[in-house]
Amino acid sequence: MAQKATFAVKKGLAQMLKGGVIMDVTTPEQAKIAEEAGACAVMALERVPADIRAAGGVARMADPTVILRIMDAVTIPVMAKCRIGHFVEAQILEALGVDFIDESEVLTPADEKYHINKKEFNVPFVCGARNLGEALRRIGEGAAMIRTKGEPGTGNVVEAVRHMRQIMDEIRWLKSLPKDELMTAAKELQAPYDLVVEVARTGRLPVVNFSAGGIATPADAALMMKLGADGNFVGSGIFKSSDPIARARAIVAATTYYDDPKVLAEISRDLGEAMTGIDIKTLASEERMQERGW
Amino acid sequence: MAGKKVIGVLALQGAFVEHEAALRRCGAKAIRVRRKEELEGIDGLIIPGGESTSIGRLLVAYDLAETIVERSQTGMPIFGTCAGMIVMAKEIPGSDQFTLGLMDISARRNAFGRQVESFEADLDVKGFPRPVRGIFIRAPYIDRVWGETEVLSVYEGKVVMARERNLLTCSFHPELTTDLSIHKYFLDMA
Repeated sequence: MAQKATFAVKKGLAQMLKGGVIMDVTTPEQAKIAEEAGACAVMALERVPADIRAAGGVARMADPTVILRIMDAVTIPVMAKCRIGHFVEAQILEALGVDFIDESEVLTPADEKYHINKKEFNVPFVCGARNLGEALRRIGEGAAMIRTKGEPGTGNVVEAVRHMRQIMDEIRWLKSLPKDELMTAAKELQAPYDLVVEVARTGRLPVVNFSAGGIATPADAALMMKLGADGNFVGSGIFKSSDPIARARAIVAATTYYDDPKVLAEISRDLGEAMTGIDIKTLASEERMQERGW
Repeated sequence: MAGKKVIGVLALQGAFVEHEAALRRCGAKAIRVRRKEELEGIDGLIIPGGESTSIGRLLVAYDLAETIVERSQTGMPIFGTCAGMIVMAKEIPGSDQFTLGLMDISARRNAFGRQVESFEADLDVKGFPRPVRGIFIRAPYIDRVWGETEVLSVYEGKVVMARERNLLTCSFHPELTTDLSIHKYFLDMA
C-alpha cells in the first residue's frame, strides 16, 4: 500500500534540495533563468521582499495565476508563501499543487498568536527561525524544513549569520548537557521536550536547515554554508542585481564549492552591481520582518 | 577483498550526505566528489537525488562529465538514485536537458506527479529476499529499456529499478531508509 504525505516523504523533498539555491521569482521568465542557472527550486511571488518592504501595506499570498504560470514554466519544485497563521491561504496553495509552502514572515502575519498546524497538510512546509527554540516549535507544528529568518529584502547578511550562529550554538550546548538537564533546557528554549532530546542525541536539527534573509553575493552564500547551512534561499539578491543570470550561476556554484576559496575568487569576478543593501540599524523595530512569528 | 572499497558520492547538489552515511554503515569508505581529480582512485560512484538540472549544469561547468563517462566505459560501477537516474539516462522524453547518456533507458521526470503525490511503498526487487521500502519524491520512472538493461523492480506497472552491467539506477531513495540492502548490492558490483 502506498502511503502519501508521511513525514519521511515531506522532509525527504527538503533533503533533495540540500546543497542548492532556492531563488525568489516573480515571472515565468525569471523562473526559467533561475532553473537554467541551476536553482534547485524557485519561490513564486508577486513581489520580491525588497519591493514588499518598499511598498508597505499588507503583503498577502500571491495571485494563483502568477503561481500557476511559474509552475508551468519550470520542472524544478515550486514553493509559494502564505501569511503566518493563514491556514486558508495554505489550503489554497496546496490545492494549486505547489511543492512546498513557506509560512513566511515576509508577508504580513494573519495571526499574532498561532502558527498553522502544518501536520494537517499533505504538502510540506518551511518556516523561519531565529533560534533553536523557534525552530523546534515550528518542527513540533509539522514543519519539514527550517530556514533562518535573517532580515529579508535588505541584501545584508548580518541577521542570517546571527540566526545561524545562534541555532548552531544552541545545538552544541544541548549536545553537551547530561540527560537529566534536558527538561529544564526544553523549558528555557520553549521547545518540545522530545525534539530537544533528539537534537541533544544527534547534534543536529531533525530537518534540513537553510539560510535565508539577506544573501546577496557568492561570498555570502559560501559563508552561510560554512556556518552550517544545508543550502541557501536567495530572495531579492538575484533579480535586484544588475546581472541576474551571472549572479544566479555564481551563487549556485558558491553553494557547492563553498569550501574552495580559489573557485569562489573566480566566480565572484565581474558580476556587476549587487543589490543595494540596507543597514539593519536604520530599520525601526516594526520594519523588521524577523520579529514576526511566535 | 583487500581493504575497504572507496565509493565516491557526487556532491554537487542533493542528498549526498545520506548516501555517505549509508555507505559507511555498509563498511565502505565514502568520499565527496566535486572535482575531476576526486574521480581518481574510487571503486564506484553514486549520483544522488537532488535536482537533475542543477546537478547537470555543475557537471558540465566544472568539467566532470567527460571523466565520469570514460570511467563508466572502462567498467567503474555507477549508481544513480532519482535525479541520478535522469543524469544517467540516454533518453528523457520531452526534455533537452543535459544527461551523461550512460544507460540504455528512457526516464520520465517527475513521472509520479508533484510533491503532494510523493509516496512510500514496499517493493519487490529481483533477487532480494525481502521487499525494500521505496521512498518516492517527485520521482521519475523508466518507460523503456533496451540493449542489456535488465529490469529489477516494477511498481504498479512502472519500472523503478534497473541494471545494465556496471550501471545501477532506481527511482526511489534507499539512502533515506535504514535498509542497506540496495547499497550492499551496489557494493558487490564494485
